[in-house]
Amino acid sequence: MAALESPQPAATATAMRHAFGNVLSVLILVLIGVLAFSIRLFSVIKYESVIHEFDPYFNYRVTQFLSKNGIYEFWNWFDDRTWYPLGRVIGGTVYPGLTLTAGTIWWFLNSLNIPLSVETVCVFTAPVFSAFASWATYLLTQEVKGSGAGLAAAVLLAMVPSYISRSVAGSYDNEAVAIFALIFTFYLYIKTLNTGSLFYATLNALAYFYMVCSWGGYTFIINLIPMHVLLCIVTGRYSPRLYIAYAPLVVLGTLLAALVPVVGFNAVLTSEHFASFLVFIIIHVVALVYYIKGILTPKMFKVAVTLVVSIGMVVCFIVVAILVALVASSPTGGWSGRSLSLLDPTYASKYIPIIASVSEHQPPTWPSYFMDINVLAFLVPAGIIACFSPLSDSSSFVVLYIVMSVYFSGVMVRLMLVLAPAACIMSGIALSQAFDVFTGSIKYQLGRSSNSTDDAEDTNNAPKDDASAGKTDKGEEIVKERSSKKGKKKEREPADKPSVKSKAKKKALVLPLETSIVALLLLIMLGAFYVIHCVWAAAEAYSAPSIVLTSQSRDGLHVFDDFRESYAWLSHNTDVDDKVASWWDYGYQTTAMANRTVIVDNNTWNNTHIATVGTAMSSPEKAAWEIFNSLDVKYVLVVFGGLIGYPSDDINKFLWMVRIGGGVFPHIKEADYLRDGQYRINSEATPTMLNCLMYKLSYYRFVETDGKGYDRVRRTEIGKKHFKLTHFEEVFTSHHWMVRIYKLKPARNRIRGRAKKLKSKTTSAGWSSKSEKKNPWV
Amino acid sequence: MMNLSRSVALISLFLLPLLSFSFSVDNPTDRRVLVLLDDLSLKSSHSIFFNNLKSRGFDLDFKLADDSKLALQRYGQYLFDGLIIFAPSTERLGGSLDSKSIADFVDSGRDLILSADTSASDLIRGIATECGVDFDEDSSAMVIDHTSFSVSDVDGDHTLIAADDLVKSDVILGKAKIEAPVLFRGVAHSLNPTNNLVFKVLSASPSAYSANPSSKLSSPPQLTGSAISLVSVMQARNNARVVISGSLQLFSDRLIRSGVQKAGSQNQYEKSGNEQFVTELSKWVFHERGHLKAGSLVHHRVGETDEPAIYRIKDDLEFSVEIYEWSGKSWEPYVANDVQVQFYMMSPYVLKTLSADKKGLFHTSFKVPDVYGVFQFKVEYEKLGYTTLSLSKQIPVRPYRHNEYERFIPTAYPYYGACFTTMAGFFVFSFVYLYHK
Repeated sequence: MAALESPQPAATATAMRHAFGNVLSVLILVLIGVLAFSIRLFSVIKYESVIHEFDPYFNYRVTQFLSKNGIYEFWNWFDDRTWYPLGRVIGGTVYPGLTLTAGTIWWFLNSLNIPLSVETVCVFTAPVFSAFASWATYLLTQEVKGSGAGLAAAVLLAMVPSYISRSVAGSYDNEAVAIFALIFTFYLYIKTLNTGSLFYATLNALAYFYMVCSWGGYTFIINLIPMHVLLCIVTGRYSPRLYIAYAPLVVLGTLLAALVPVVGFNAVLTSEHFASFLVFIIIHVVALVYYIKGILTPKMFKVAVTLVVSIGMVVCFIVVAILVALVASSPTGGWSGRSLSLLDPTYASKYIPIIASVSEHQPPTWPSYFMDINVLAFLVPAGIIACFSPLSDSSSFVVLYIVMSVYFSGVMVRLMLVLAPAACIMSGIALSQAFDVFTGSIKYQLGRSSNSTDDAEDTNNAPKDDASAGKTDKGEEIVKERSSKKGKKKEREPADKPSVKSKAKKKALVLPLETSIVALLLLIMLGAFYVIHCVWAAAEAYSAPSIVLTSQSRDGLHVFDDFRESYAWLSHNTDVDDKVASWWDYGYQTTAMANRTVIVDNNTWNNTHIATVGTAMSSPEKAAWEIFNSLDVKYVLVVFGGLIGYPSDDINKFLWMVRIGGGVFPHIKEADYLRDGQYRINSEATPTMLNCLMYKLSYYRFVETDGKGYDRVRRTEIGKKHFKLTHFEEVFTSHHWMVRIYKLKPARNRIRGRAKKLKSKTTSAGWSSKSEKKNPWV
Repeated sequence: MMNLSRSVALISLFLLPLLSFSFSVDNPTDRRVLVLLDDLSLKSSHSIFFNNLKSRGFDLDFKLADDSKLALQRYGQYLFDGLIIFAPSTERLGGSLDSKSIADFVDSGRDLILSADTSASDLIRGIATECGVDFDEDSSAMVIDHTSFSVSDVDGDHTLIAADDLVKSDVILGKAKIEAPVLFRGVAHSLNPTNNLVFKVLSASPSAYSANPSSKLSSPPQLTGSAISLVSVMQARNNARVVISGSLQLFSDRLIRSGVQKAGSQNQYEKSGNEQFVTELSKWVFHERGHLKAGSLVHHRVGETDEPAIYRIKDDLEFSVEIYEWSGKSWEPYVANDVQVQFYMMSPYVLKTLSADKKGLFHTSFKVPDVYGVFQFKVEYEKLGYTTLSLSKQIPVRPYRHNEYERFIPTAYPYYGACFTTMAGFFVFSFVYLYHK
């Protein structure tokens, strides 16, 4: 916060002041970069330098491949270790931006003889890019509302929890670089819009290209910018600068986007991109109209308008008809499932269980807004109002940006990440404006009391940033009003507002000294709360790598390293070509950490394949064995949290397996697994549930741990305690029973006759070899 | 070098007796056979069968079934390659043997001849059930056939069956046809039709049924007609072979020597078909015949010799596999025209019959389908009487690389033309616009 007050005039000469201000800004930006980087290192300090979660493991594996084999091999990589037996063409189905970025950094450092491992580079890519993202935020906000707002926005973004959650050290995911690319693309768009420079327009297309390389969220850009262009045209703000900002972006951007293998012809074929082409046509028509208007007399122009409108109607009609026909010819109307679920939030849960099953695709809850953007949620409205005074092309863009991202974040919790930069920009603007007013007032009051002749100079000083005096003043007043309304909600700043409003001087908007000081202190306090929350979030909430779990209890810290333990077991004890079946969540980790072939993984491109695995998990043992055997599966891995109370285990995900399996294979019915609509695993559970493979593999020998079979996640005793496995044998159970690995028994050597078992008590026991495993909890 | 080869020769000489007496992949024929009898007099009453085995080089070890020193294993090693149980009435086996250890013996790939008889014990029935054969539950029942009995049947209750419904397989019963009917007196058994590991070698005629001959039939017999199997064989998934006979007399000298005339038939035979039947059957069960082995699957692109790590779609490839058949003494090239290879990914994309050269090499060539994924070459050869060959080898198939597509497509030339004329036109237009005043 000190940063915001720093560009105070140090010398009377304006030039000197500017120079000093610039140096200070650069220094502050460097510090912001350091802050953004270092606040994300909690995970490394508290745990270790390790890749987090699920998707980052895939990205890490791809980066390893890239660094080992080079870019052409990466481009053409056919991976035969996932989606067995279908395989996956990695080079053509992955957004390569992140991988190429990290690969380039690694290559660059190595060529400088800095021998970092690929893993280290991957771990620290996200923190580095969040520093870049802060700087890009500064640039963008500076273009909108001056450098004061820019610095405020940058420092807010450097530690906004929503962004931290996706970019802590080790969280090596697409979003890590994509948020930077997103903000930077917006910056270049605004820059072009403000300058009308073709140079920036070209850079903008390149930045857009980088964004397309990095993340599927690029469709947000290619829809938001056309919307803004349309908004400008509708509100009569068309200018050649707008044309230069938009037209090259569409042409170059689309050409470049089509070069990315995963996008390819989608860049011109899918509905996500249609808006940009439609607006592209409209802006040309508008440009033509303005041109003709310029060269014709008003009378001639009227004639021309009637002519053009009548022809234009016909052309428009034809184009619309073609588009409708094209869209209608594809079953989903040309929209991908994920985009459809954005427009209609209930779409996914109705039709695509595989999308609905991912927790980050669920709508967020209200507390998660406060958790993820904290006080920014209250500053955003003030920022929006500040943007309206006056409304420029650029400020209307950020307003549109926040409005759209608020909608999208309400649909999918994952898109909170897109909201975060917008919220930071808005809050930065709001804070900066408020500080402007308060510090200006204080200086004015102090100046008047000490030296009454310096009035003129103080009024000059008040608008010390780029924004002109009148605009700022007006904006501030509204900010105050808005904040006072919020004062009812927030108890921190109720005292100052009414007095502010009453005593405000219209002309220079100078506030009384005491009020200003109190308001300043309250604002700083607000900022302090934000900082405390952010540091807490970074340190406690978002730094866990999720492959290593810890729990604090009376007798000290418990570390649960079961995942790595079992992946290591797999890689050391199984054949290199063995296939491991598990629910798709663990696919990426199994291929990356255990280097074993998996049936399905987190790239959920083939619903049928996933449904097959879901069906196997929901089937009785024999049917499951047949399914797995037909897929050449040797081992089945299940994650079980009942012993230590780890809630996101396979039993809790099981209903999704049933739903996804039942979506393709109708003999699996969800109702068979529910007792009166309730999901139960205790004695009230249905026989289907108690006999399905997932139940058996999870709870096999579970009763031996405590004698009762008490599941600590579901908080109940399990329904069926003593049973034997006939087609699977337990080969590994991790220390805390979190990961259990079973091997498929080979087909029986003989087939028994059906005669009554004579003396069979002794013979049947021969099939289930009982392995005595020591229970760590007894 | 000389030293080395000499020492190798020395070692192999030293190991030779050991090698030749152990059951091995290279020499699948059994050598050491344990014979369990419930009465040592069987040794003489079934001497033709036993002597026949001895003359073929088997090392028979006769023991009483309840001998307390019986053991199949010592120090974890099996002492025998084959087991003959001619002890239908034994209730408990001696030593460490029980039905589970016999099942384990079979599961280790070793062979078994089991003969039951009327009033077979639960133990024998239990072993048979483990192998998928269900004897008639009525312990006093016998197979009775009032139309195809042997006329030499002196008792008149038509329990001495002259059976001639043999399985048609040269591998199991030899190339020479068994002309005379096989004499059988014993208990019936049935097979589960869904069990594809067991099959009948000698079936009863449609008029046979299973009942107690000395008592009146009070209810319809449970086993009737051709559902009754007299002698069955089982080949386990690990190619262990089991013969189960419902009659111990089938192997006896008396029935082997006796002449046979089937009721209602004019053909009279000096000698029953029993000797030929049991001899050929024992050759099969002890792996003197019908045992195949395959070399590894070999594949490579046409025109190359090395096996690639990955194929591309639409590659032309050559595939071959060597298959040999054990003749009892040596490995001979296997000759057949029905060996097929699958190029398999969840379902066979290519199914080709391999052509054999008479030296045991089966080969074919085909084009990789236009589908990428992880494929397998699969040879699944299951032929009646032969050991099962199940070979597979995984090979991924990748799509085209980015630079393996055609650079210029002829049909696209109008587009190329449009592209370049637009560029040229734009250049000319700019020039004219900028410099024309």
